[in-house]
Amino acid sequence: MSDAPHSADQPSRGSLPDDRDIEAVIGLEVHAQLATRTKLFSGCAADFAPDEPNTRTDPLVLGLPGSLPVLNAAAFRMAVKVGLALNCEIARFCKWDRKQYYYPDLPKGYQISQYDLPVCGEGWLDIDAEEGVKRIGITRAHLEEDAGKNMHAGGVSKVDLNRAGTPLVEIVSEPDMSSAAEAKAYLERLKLLLTYLGVSDCNMQEGSLRCDVNVNFKISTADGAKATPIAEVKNLNSFRGVEAAIEFERTRQLEEFARTGETLNAGNKTTRGWDPDRQVTVPQRTKEEAADYRYFPDPDLVPVTLTEEAIEALRGELGEFPADRRVRIGEVWELSDYDAGVIIERGKPFADYYEEVAQTADDGKRAANWCTQDVLRDLSELNHEIDTFPIPAGTLGHLLKRVSAGELNTKAARDVYADLLSRPRGQNTPETVDAIIDERGLIAVTGGAELEAAIDDALANPKNAVAIETVRDGKQQAVGPLMGQVLKAVSGADPKTVRAMLLERIGGAG
Amino acid sequence: MTTPLPPDPASSYPTAAELSSEIRSGRLTAVAAAQASAERIAALDGTVRAFLHTDAERSAAWAADADRRIAEGSQSDLAGIPVAIKDNLCIEGEPCTCASRMLENFRPPYTATAVRRLLDAGAVPIGRTNLDEFAMGSSTENSVAGPTRNPWDPVRAPGGSSGGSAAAVAAGMAPIALGSDTGGSIRQPAAFCGVVGLKPTYGRVSRYGLVAFASSLDQIGPFARTVRGAATVLQTIAGHDPLDSTSLSDPVPDYLTDLDEPLAGLRVGVVADHFDVGLDKEVADAVQGAIETYRSLGAEVVNVTLPHSKYSVATYYLIAPSEASSNLARYDGVHYGHRAKKFGSLEELYERSRGEGFGNEVKRRIMLGTYALSSGYYDAFYLKAMKVRRLIQQDYDAAFEQCDVIASPVTPTTAFAIGELADDPLAMYLSDVYTISANLAGIPALSLPCGFSKGLPIGLQLLGPALSEPKLLRAARMYEFTTDWHTRVPPLQDQTGVTP
Repeated sequence: MSDAPHSADQPSRGSLPDDRDIEAVIGLEVHAQLATRTKLFSGCAADFAPDEPNTRTDPLVLGLPGSLPVLNAAAFRMAVKVGLALNCEIARFCKWDRKQYYYPDLPKGYQISQYDLPVCGEGWLDIDAEEGVKRIGITRAHLEEDAGKNMHAGGVSKVDLNRAGTPLVEIVSEPDMSSAAEAKAYLERLKLLLTYLGVSDCNMQEGSLRCDVNVNFKISTADGAKATPIAEVKNLNSFRGVEAAIEFERTRQLEEFARTGETLNAGNKTTRGWDPDRQVTVPQRTKEEAADYRYFPDPDLVPVTLTEEAIEALRGELGEFPADRRVRIGEVWELSDYDAGVIIERGKPFADYYEEVAQTADDGKRAANWCTQDVLRDLSELNHEIDTFPIPAGTLGHLLKRVSAGELNTKAARDVYADLLSRPRGQNTPETVDAIIDERGLIAVTGGAELEAAIDDALANPKNAVAIETVRDGKQQAVGPLMGQVLKAVSGADPKTVRAMLLERIGGAG
Repeated sequence: MTTPLPPDPASSYPTAAELSSEIRSGRLTAVAAAQASAERIAALDGTVRAFLHTDAERSAAWAADADRRIAEGSQSDLAGIPVAIKDNLCIEGEPCTCASRMLENFRPPYTATAVRRLLDAGAVPIGRTNLDEFAMGSSTENSVAGPTRNPWDPVRAPGGSSGGSAAAVAAGMAPIALGSDTGGSIRQPAAFCGVVGLKPTYGRVSRYGLVAFASSLDQIGPFARTVRGAATVLQTIAGHDPLDSTSLSDPVPDYLTDLDEPLAGLRVGVVADHFDVGLDKEVADAVQGAIETYRSLGAEVVNVTLPHSKYSVATYYLIAPSEASSNLARYDGVHYGHRAKKFGSLEELYERSRGEGFGNEVKRRIMLGTYALSSGYYDAFYLKAMKVRRLIQQDYDAAFEQCDVIASPVTPTTAFAIGELADDPLAMYLSDVYTISANLAGIPALSLPCGFSKGLPIGLQLLGPALSEPKLLRAARMYEFTTDWHTRVPPLQDQTGVTP
């Protein structure tokens, strides 16, 4: 964060500046845990297992003497994919460095990371900002191993090394965000991208996505632009926390500036931690700021070289980015921007679900209505993920196909849907849909004497004379009240059929 | 055309090859060979102190297993051969102390690849040998268990850091041993003890399970009484290991079939600087004599230069401590190893555990390395040293365009007395002047006996380009055949009256 302008050395005290004259300068460092089966430098299982401490370990994870790291190629490929998706320069040659410090959760006494030759160099990510699309610069992204976890309770400190050695990709942005909302939009966009790539589950509760925020404020004053000292707020593990921390820092830094007039210089960056209970940032030990990590190349690992062919092969494996998919499903299925957005932002499995429903029903709009309303509502009510949702995509698609074919009206379809929802997922095949419809006699009435008689009645009713004339003059929407009467008279009548029959009988300019 | 050399002449106690032929012919069992080793250790080790621990029961079990495999037709050259293992190589469930208080009670849950390969070949580990703490030293004096004695003269040091392994082989306690060489830790004790010691090309032998001192320099290698013994061990332990990223994937050549085949047209490189000031006259004469022997065997002697080798010691003592300071950070008293009994804070836990657990030489090197890697000093020290290292490598590349091997002294003097250099670390560091550059360049080098001075052995060092072990071993064997230095045994044996 050296981009924020330096101001005059002489601090000037003053009152709180006006809101219009203040701009936040925000850069984010995101740590995403890669979804590999094994750890970054050993064959040890990398699953979370918080209830079985110190079971995901081996000689390397424990830092035993004589153990040696061996690079997990799957993790490396994932990091390259992240870089490609973020439009980064991909290094043709990168190496591993030891970042050295003492801490009980770091059994080797160093973390294997990448210092001066990260796997991914400069890139960018577009976000939706208030004034439209905004491009956020990516400084770099590198691979490193996670540390374990220290736990302090009742005067006893314990260490769980299950997380130690799991692969992280650290994505460092440029200080290009100028509000808490933009920081949140960036995180959401990044999370969506990583989950679509299948490289991380980005589960913030489990700590697989963590974030450090670098924030300060540019203030326009009568004697020129000034900048407050940068605060780095460490280890935020929720989007709300990021927003709240930035808002808190805004107040804190501006008050500090009003009181002391201190402006940014090379030596006054501070490190703070976020206290989610009190919703405040608190200063962290100054000792850490002064730490000398004594980085040097890890002699136990060989550098990695990447060929153009290898990079292109990985590019071919990236799949469709969420932003592209949003545009495509909007076009192919004629969806509103809003619906396409809801579907894409819910994550890749949900988008896959939607597309299968749309395909099977051959009706993207109807599929979108059901998926974004009924399915999303019931997912949250039942607390299910889409892959455990009771109604598989093919089954819902089949139901909607019969609705689109006019065999079933919407009300009947909702009955079938509710029935399916109460059954176990395994039972819910398309055949079940047909069986329920037959059992309950839900087939829409699309003809027969009863329907013909009801239509005759409606056309003969003098109260409808005006409406009939209006329809005949070409205003088809005036047929509505007649439809209502027919549908009321004949239970299960198919609205589409009724409308068509009425219009045909009335005839006229239409 | 050349004619193959006859087999090794008989020495006073059996070589690995002799033992192997006894065992495979059925005249000797592996259990009996292990028993004989154990008895010799029991008789002599009170004087020599080569071993830190032995486990007769476990050795006997390994030997019984070897006998079973021999009965089933195992053709391994090492089946049933006792081997001494330096105490910085892990064997599952055995102590691995690195001669440090820090690891006094540490038992690794896994076995080093080199040891695993020896076990798979039927070799029988008969004990763990003494070393300078964490392999840092040139005398085996920096051991928490006290110094090992040179079998040729118990008031003298056996060299180090693999002094226990060298002494064990010299005293006939084991025909072969494993050591590790970071700056000469196999070759220098081999020279001081009058045995053959080989540091292979960096990456030729997996480092998995070797307690790291300086990762970019460490290499495991054999001690033996003869060149053939060393070649046999290398044949078994060399080769790629998926557990060590720095192990080389080049196929392992046959080191043994052509070993006795003299090399026609061998070009022996000699570096004039090696015979400059600081070199003991008798050592110089013995090495010059060896070079003359090569000339008499038809080799061409070529003058080569290594202009940057004068910076070797300085370069080494920046790179090795830098890596050591990092590799030894894991010994923090938290997860395993020595933990201070009393501490009031996390910092104190670290300070006291490390303060109590490490000896002075280890502390000295950790401080040197920490300093060299510190912000503001990194460029001037570590980075500069890495650049000089590259120049030293380039010197060797150029020299090996003119010659096949370089012949040099191993040490400036014969074995020094225990305590003689203990208070002068710089003099101790400078005694590594001839051996260090091979580690910096990553090239193979071996030491073999080439004479005696006042009853103490003198070593000849042969260096070759990376992966030239087949030629290096054959060149060594050519010399060995014409001499009988390797058949001599220390007078220790006569004093005790124990015969193998």
